Amino acid sequence: MDIKDVPQDKRDTTHASDIKKLMYAVGKDGQYTGVNYEGWEPENIVLEQTWEDIDENLNKVKAQVTAGELSPIAYFMHKSLMDTTLLASYAGKWKWQVKRHFKPSVFNSLSTGMLEKYARIFNITVDELMNFGKENRS
Amino acid sequence: MSNKEYKHFQHAHCESGVSSNLLRHAGIELSEPMAFGIGAGLFFGHLPFLKINGAPGTTYRIWPGAIVKRVASRLNIKIHSERFRDPAKAMKALDDVLAQGKPVGMLGSVFYLPYLPEAFRFHFNAHNFVAYGKKGRDYLISDPVMEIVTKIALEDLVKARFAKGTPEPKGFMYYVTETPKEMDMRKAIEKGIKQMCYFMMAPPIPWFGNKGIFLLAKQIKNYPKKLEPRRASLYLGNVIRMQEEIGTGGAGFRYLYAAFLQEAGQLLKNEELLKFSEELTKIGDNWRNFAYRAARIMKDRKSELVSFDELSDMLKQCGTDEKALFLRLQKIKL
Repeated sequence: MDIKDVPQDKRDTTHASDIKKLMYAVGKDGQYTGVNYEGWEPENIVLEQTWEDIDENLNKVKAQVTAGELSPIAYFMHKSLMDTTLLASYAGKWKWQVKRHFKPSVFNSLSTGMLEKYARIFNITVDELMNFGKENRS
Repeated sequence: MSNKEYKHFQHAHCESGVSSNLLRHAGIELSEPMAFGIGAGLFFGHLPFLKINGAPGTTYRIWPGAIVKRVASRLNIKIHSERFRDPAKAMKALDDVLAQGKPVGMLGSVFYLPYLPEAFRFHFNAHNFVAYGKKGRDYLISDPVMEIVTKIALEDLVKARFAKGTPEPKGFMYYVTETPKEMDMRKAIEKGIKQMCYFMMAPPIPWFGNKGIFLLAKQIKNYPKKLEPRRASLYLGNVIRMQEEIGTGGAGFRYLYAAFLQEAGQLLKNEELLKFSEELTKIGDNWRNFAYRAARIMKDRKSELVSFDELSDMLKQCGTDEKALFLRLQKIKL
């Protein structure tokens, strides 16, 4: 790629980035050199869609938590961009155990120790974990 | 070298960038492309059955830690590397080396590096960066993808170094202990090139090396048949994201490797290498066209067979051209 073709498509999303990454490109003399670039449209599209997808999914889960169908653990797992496999390894549990904790009834009977563990993993307080979705419930 | 001030240089790729920065501090001038080439960093793998963040795993690079290790052994540089079970021990080991005034390279998860823009912070565990000092509870960080140095709080660094997932960094850290008086660049370059070609061409299984590119091309062709449109788009997005995002790269890696071939060709006064470099630059442009088309398809939310067929063909072309190049490059005598 020629230096003159290095894209400078600035990211214009809610998840904006301020890093100007470096890429190698060929100068007029045929010599490779590092060039900073603001962004590239395809990268921006993909990143935007990935986040859109995450946010959409998160809203769905949030509604399910508010409706009492899922426990807050499901919400914060998605919010932390984890899947059950990853959350299970952080929690030191089996996947099926974590999935059980998604049930509000099981969640309500979790020990303080387990709740603290989840809160630590999600980087929130136990209160935030326990009360999530409650204020909106009718 | 204990009191020497650490100098940060920005690079395109994390591990080759860290290698270059660490070696420079130790008094060895080795550019990032050189580190990438000698360390045989270019690779490919596609594992449809290994789901990472809900999409099949695709890698464009050799496994983490390999570049540093190969550069060190090829240039007779002694680098100490270590993994840990216990975070407290890992942090103590880091502090001890920093106290000697040595910068330390390490692996960590991008998700737990608050200094990176949020948009990039996924659970990607194979990111390399350098700690070059400590101030209070903060570590001074030189992350090769960033333009300037930054810092990170102790708690965050522990989380990054001991992230779970695939692969687990397990506190992996490395630093230069001894530098050689002489280095045989010719031999190191030749070995690096041969190894890259071997890793690309030799694996008899469909998931790795050049064959993996064809496997991915075949999979992409089937996405609209097998998956609902949303999932097809997500899978495709993941391929592109792994290709062009932070610390990785399809086209980016081809340009980086082409830069290496050029620098090696000039250093060894070898015309052939210069020609290979130009050829690879063109292949890199094709990888970029592939990413461009894929992103357009995602944006228009198309999932017709035709557009995925076209993508599949573009990727196959990249694979075919690279195969032809690697088979010739493999035989080069330096």
